[in-house]
Amino acid sequence: MENEYVLHMEGISKQFPGVRALSNVQLRTRKGTVHALMGENGAGKSTLMKCLIGIYAPDSGTITFKGERLHVTNTHYALSKGISMIHQELSPIPQMSVAENIYLGREPTTWYGLVDMRKMNRMTTELLNRLRIKIRPTAKMSELSIANTQLVEIAKAVSYDSDLIIMDEPTSAIMEAEVEGLFEIIRSLKAQGRAIIYISHKMDEIFKITDEVTVFRDGQYIGTDATAGLTHGMLIEKMVGRTLTDMFHKETVDVGSVFLDVQNLSGKGFRNVSFQVRRGEILGVAGLIGAGRTELMEGVFGVTRPHGGTIKVNGKEIAIRSPADAIRCGMALLTEDRKLSGLYLNASVRENMFIANIKNYLLGPFIRFRKIEKDCATMRDLMRIKTPSLMQIVKYLSGGNQQKVLISRWLLTEPDLLILDEPTRGIDVGAKSEIYRLMTEFVRSGKAIIMISSELPEILGMSDRIMVMHEGDKAGELSRADATQEKILHLATGLSLTA
Amino acid sequence: MKNPAVITATKPGNGQQAAQLLASIFSKYGIFLIFAIMVLAASMLSPAFLSSTNLINIVRQMSVVGLIALGVTGVIVSAGIDLSSGSVVGLTAVVAASLAQDPEFSTPFYPGLHVPLIVPVLAACAVGALVGLINGSLVAKTRIPPFIATLGTFTAIRGVALLYTGGRPISDLTDAYNFIGQGDVFGLPVPIIILVIMAVVTHILYAHTKFGKYIYAIGGNEQAARVSGIDASKYKMLIYVYAGFLAGLAGLVVSSRIGSGQPGLGVGYELDAIAAAVIGGSSLSAGGIGTVAGTVVGALIIGVLNNILDLMNVSAYWQQIIKGCIIVGAVIIDQLKHRGSK
Repeated sequence: MENEYVLHMEGISKQFPGVRALSNVQLRTRKGTVHALMGENGAGKSTLMKCLIGIYAPDSGTITFKGERLHVTNTHYALSKGISMIHQELSPIPQMSVAENIYLGREPTTWYGLVDMRKMNRMTTELLNRLRIKIRPTAKMSELSIANTQLVEIAKAVSYDSDLIIMDEPTSAIMEAEVEGLFEIIRSLKAQGRAIIYISHKMDEIFKITDEVTVFRDGQYIGTDATAGLTHGMLIEKMVGRTLTDMFHKETVDVGSVFLDVQNLSGKGFRNVSFQVRRGEILGVAGLIGAGRTELMEGVFGVTRPHGGTIKVNGKEIAIRSPADAIRCGMALLTEDRKLSGLYLNASVRENMFIANIKNYLLGPFIRFRKIEKDCATMRDLMRIKTPSLMQIVKYLSGGNQQKVLISRWLLTEPDLLILDEPTRGIDVGAKSEIYRLMTEFVRSGKAIIMISSELPEILGMSDRIMVMHEGDKAGELSRADATQEKILHLATGLSLTA
Repeated sequence: MKNPAVITATKPGNGQQAAQLLASIFSKYGIFLIFAIMVLAASMLSPAFLSSTNLINIVRQMSVVGLIALGVTGVIVSAGIDLSSGSVVGLTAVVAASLAQDPEFSTPFYPGLHVPLIVPVLAACAVGALVGLINGSLVAKTRIPPFIATLGTFTAIRGVALLYTGGRPISDLTDAYNFIGQGDVFGLPVPIIILVIMAVVTHILYAHTKFGKYIYAIGGNEQAARVSGIDASKYKMLIYVYAGFLAGLAGLVVSSRIGSGQPGLGVGYELDAIAAAVIGGSSLSAGGIGTVAGTVVGALIIGVLNNILDLMNVSAYWQQIIKGCIIVGAVIIDQLKHRGSK
């Protein structure tokens, strides 16, 4: 059953300052199918999609949709032609309600021309019910969790009734159960003859839901295949251009003394949590979204003030009142949302790397730029950051490379404990594997890591011990040898292990 | 198997919820509360305060800045700023006055001109809107920061006003024209009536029309608004046009109230208007926040403050200092609010 093509993109090229983002690529998508777009970060997937919906104008190439040549110049045009998109990194409008966000740009109006809020809320309720999403239409976006925000984005893309829906990392923030819900939505859209372009780094999703896969690498078109004819290995090889033998590079290192000892810590979003981290150890922190993992680490790091419990570093009790105190004790925190609280997007790679560590580069009042240059270059090589130069502005780098810049920053402060919050979220396999390699090297030198992650393979692959949280409580702790996906999920959903 | 420790642990959670509720009530209605307290305090400090003449006086005095602030609120909501409104008041005041001179006057600006009242009224609004269009085009098309764009028009438009009259005031205006600023209808001064009507219209425009929703959306997250198919440039431009229109109306009211069009009118009004919007909860640091009701109360707060300080014979110098502190205080509260919601 070969369905007819609904979308032809041919010979698309796009040049950015210093980067050739797309060179002569193509994409053909069939009606009633899910088409995966794969490639490492920076391969050009998002750029191509932005060309399709009119955020970027391609330098050359043609777009044919439903037999009609399109000259997409803005999103409004793309939407009116029947192309909608779930954006990966676009936050919604925080001060507006769920309904206002979903129907933004096409609000229902009353006969005398005012926006009909009641009708809009009713339409939203119907839409969300149909998609089995439990969110109040009148809730403010700023009150929603990241997962619910993403569900709203999905609902919004579906609500356009488009013939082609682009889903860019639609599951990066949502949980298994919700992913299953999304897949149901996708299957029903397919059955209605709509086409879906699906971008994700999660391999199992690709194999579960997509019909065809197109692979890009470094802005080049590599090929298109039926998903059924591919294996994980073949797909990864196409994406990275080489075979990855061991994804995780996990080595067990001799565990040393206790570096961090947290006892009965309570704060906003977590209660009575005790745990230890030893030198040479990676402590994985698992749990569902909203389990209080990020909040706990923010409490430990002094971003928020805990209201009970003790923290000992190297056996000595300390009071951490601010992140500066935590940094002084040898800790570093890589936050979950790299754009919001991590990177200076308009500054260069170099500035982003040394900013947390400037006091080590001072000679009196002067900054020793040559030493900075040298150290940053070392970091770039060590981290294999793809950038034309150290002076490149960070916002032009791909997500994976941005993450590496952020990790470099904290490595330059030479911390004893690195707290990583979702370190590989939205990052491609190649970069992931390199970040795992760096984590291993880091603990080998007698330092410690706490890693929060929602990806179970990552938790299982990298952790020496795993702490599982559930609704603000520590639900349990598992050793590397004992841990399985099932046990972690049991604890994370609040069930006891013996049950 | 719930253990007691967990159950007690949820109790402070409830207390926290109550505190959060209180905080959210305060952040929503705090400004009205502060206003009520101020009125109460003022009435105790001076018995003259609550007299109807005094109250009407307060509102009449703030009606001009209030009109400007209504438009400025929309601009601030769109994550912009409009510094030009005071100069627009100056220009529209002289343009309107020049078209409203008494034909009996010996040295008229336009000799022999005698046009119905509607002409100067429309001219003031149109000139204001035109300056707004310039502001809006600069902001939306050339993508200059709004601060710079309107700083430019702020300076240039004052120059145009001076050039138009050669620096001289235009006086001897018709009675019909002066009625706009000085007359009463059913015991209410016309400027107050104009302000109330425009406040209601602006509230509906901002809160209940697509245009309004888009202004909030653009201010909250312009990129998200664009990918939702909203022509952000167009709406950004339009909000400056609307703000310019209201500033033009303010110029009309001012010149008719003093019975003369002077190119130096409205100096500093833009800052008072911004202050009113900010005290009323519009956020200069994050777009997408601000309401007409808040701004009106913000303007009233400034009016009441000026009035009570006058009644208590506080020197004008001290008044300025106190006003400055209040503006900064309002912004600090605003910042704390946003930190709280984060």
